[in-house]
Amino acid sequence: MANLWKPLRKDIAAVISLGIIAAVVVLALGAPLFAPHSPTEQFADGLSDIGAPLPPDGKFWLGTDLLGRDLYSRLLFGGRNSLLIGLLANGAALLIGTLVGVVAGYIQGRAGNAIMRFTDLMMAIPALLLAIALAIILERSVWIVALVIALVNWVQVARVIYTETVGLEARDFVRAARALGAGPVRVLSRHILPHLLPTLLVYGTLGISTTVMLEAMLSFLGVGVQPPDPSWGGIIFESQSYLMNAPWLVIFPGLVILAVALAFNLVGDALRDALDPRQRRQVG
Amino acid sequence: MIAYIVRRLAAVVLILLGVSAITYCLLFLLPADPVDLLAGRNATPEMREALRQELGLDQPLPVQYAVYLGKLVQGDMGRSLAQKVDVSLLIAARLPATLQLMAAAIVASLLLGLPAGMYAAMRRGTLPDKAAMIASFAGVSAPQFVVGLLLLYLFAYKLGWLPMGGYGLANIILPALTVAVANGGWYSRMMRSSMIEVLSQDYMRTARAKGLPRWRAVLNHGFRNAMLPIIAMVGIDMGYLITNIVIVESVFGWPGIGQLLWQGIQRLDYTIIIGVTITAAVVITLANLLADLLTPLIDPRIELR
Repeated sequence: MANLWKPLRKDIAAVISLGIIAAVVVLALGAPLFAPHSPTEQFADGLSDIGAPLPPDGKFWLGTDLLGRDLYSRLLFGGRNSLLIGLLANGAALLIGTLVGVVAGYIQGRAGNAIMRFTDLMMAIPALLLAIALAIILERSVWIVALVIALVNWVQVARVIYTETVGLEARDFVRAARALGAGPVRVLSRHILPHLLPTLLVYGTLGISTTVMLEAMLSFLGVGVQPPDPSWGGIIFESQSYLMNAPWLVIFPGLVILAVALAFNLVGDALRDALDPRQRRQVG
Repeated sequence: MIAYIVRRLAAVVLILLGVSAITYCLLFLLPADPVDLLAGRNATPEMREALRQELGLDQPLPVQYAVYLGKLVQGDMGRSLAQKVDVSLLIAARLPATLQLMAAAIVASLLLGLPAGMYAAMRRGTLPDKAAMIASFAGVSAPQFVVGLLLLYLFAYKLGWLPMGGYGLANIILPALTVAVANGGWYSRMMRSSMIEVLSQDYMRTARAKGLPRWRAVLNHGFRNAMLPIIAMVGIDMGYLITNIVIVESVFGWPGIGQLLWQGIQRLDYTIIIGVTITAAVVITLANLLADLLTPLIDPRIELR
C-alpha cells in the first residue's frame, strides 16, 4: 500500500487525473479566496439589455446565469456542496456495504444467504427511483441527499466485499487465527479487514465518481440541494430552459462534472491495475 | 429447460413480493400525508376523515398491504390519487413507449460499444487502444442529462436535423443515443477485456493456423465467445438502464412510464409511484431471465439448470 505512487506514476492519465482532482478540491475549499464575486449576488450589469444571461467576458469569466449571478463563482461554491455530498455519500455507502458484505461473508450459512438475497432484491428495485421519491418528500439538506445516495449505492460494495470475504474466510491464516482462540471480532478486524483494504480503496475511488454524478442527477431533477445554494447539477437544473440562448450555462457545469467523474474513474482504474494486475473486473 | 423456466418464474414472483413490500413500507414511513394533498386547504376534518376511509388509509399498514396485493394479483394497481384513473391503464398506455426506447437504447449501446471494444482489444497497448478506453470512460462519466441537453442543442437546435423531443421514429434517435453514450462506454470496456481473454485461447490460434485472416478469426470465432459476458451484463444492468431512461424521458419529453413516475412523484401520487416501481421491477427481472435464456443459444456448451 505504501508503494502505490510508484506504479501510479507511470500511468499518465492517472497522474493528470490526480492533478485535476487536487485542483478542483483546492478551488472548492478555497472558494471564498478564489471566487471573483459573491455566488448569490445578482449583478445589475450581469444581464443584457433584454434581461438575458451574459456570455463569458472579462468581468464574468464564464458568463452569468439567468439572474445575473457570476457562473464561475457559483461553480466554485457549488463544488463545495457537490464534493461534500459525493464524499459523504460514498463514505456511508462503503461503510454500509462493507459491514453487510463482511458479516454475510463471515457467518455464511442460512443467515448470510438471507442477507445476500436481500441485496439481490435491492438490485431488482430501480433504487434511484425510490431515492428520488425519498428525496422529494424528506426535508432536503446536504445530509439527507448524501444519505439517500448512499442507500442506493451500498449494494454493489456489499456484493464485492461478500465474495472476497468468503474467499478469505476459507484461507489457512484465518483458520489458524481461529484455532488460536481469536473471536469473530478479532478475526474480522485483524485478519480479514486488512486484506479487503485494496478492494475498498479501488471501490472507494470509483464510487466517488458515481456519487458525484448521482448528486448532479438529483439536483438536475430538482430534488437535490435547494436554491439559492449552488451545486453543479442544480446550476444546470436552473438553466436548462435557457439552453438554446445560453448554452454555456449547461456546458461549463457539465464539463466540471465530467472532469471530476472521469478523473476519479481513471485513478480508480489505475489503482486497480496497480494493486492487482490479474484482476480487471468491471464495476456496473 | 422447462423446469428451469418454471423455477425462475417462481423466483420472479418472490422478488416482486419483496419489491412491492419494500416500496409500500418505504412510502408509508414518509412523513407526508397524501390526504393533505388531495383534500386541499379548505377541507373540514370530517371531509378529510371520509377521504381517508375511502382510500383505506385508516387501516393498519399490513392490512393495507394485503388488500393491495390481493388486487395486484388481478392486475389492479389501484386508482391514481391525482388523475382519478386506474394506474394499470395509465401504465399500460405508456409502457410500450418505454420498451421501445429501451430496445433502441440497447441496440445503440451495442452498436457503439462492441466495435470500439473489439478494436481496442485487437490493438491492445497501442495509442488507439488507450484513446478508445479513455473515451469510453468519458462516456461513462458524463451525466446523462448533460449529454441529452447538449445533443438536443447541437442536432435539434443548431443543425435542425432531428426533432426537439416528443414521440416518433425520428424522435427516438437522440434519447437512445444519449443512453448509449454511457452504456456503450461500459459495453466497450467489457468487450475489450472479454475479447483479450478470448484472443489468448487455443481455438483462436487454431483458426489463425488454418489460414483464416485475423479479422475473420475474430469475427467468426472470437466474437461469439466474447459476447457471453456482455449479454449477462445487459441483463444485470437493467436497473441502471431503467433509471437512465427515466432521466432521459424527462429531458426529451418521451411519453413513457418514466415521465408518468415523474408526474406521480411531484404530486405525491403514491399509487403511481408504487405501480411504476413494481412495473420497472417486472421489466428488470424478466430482462434478466431473458438474458440467461439467450446464453445457451450462443454457447451450446452452457446448460441451464
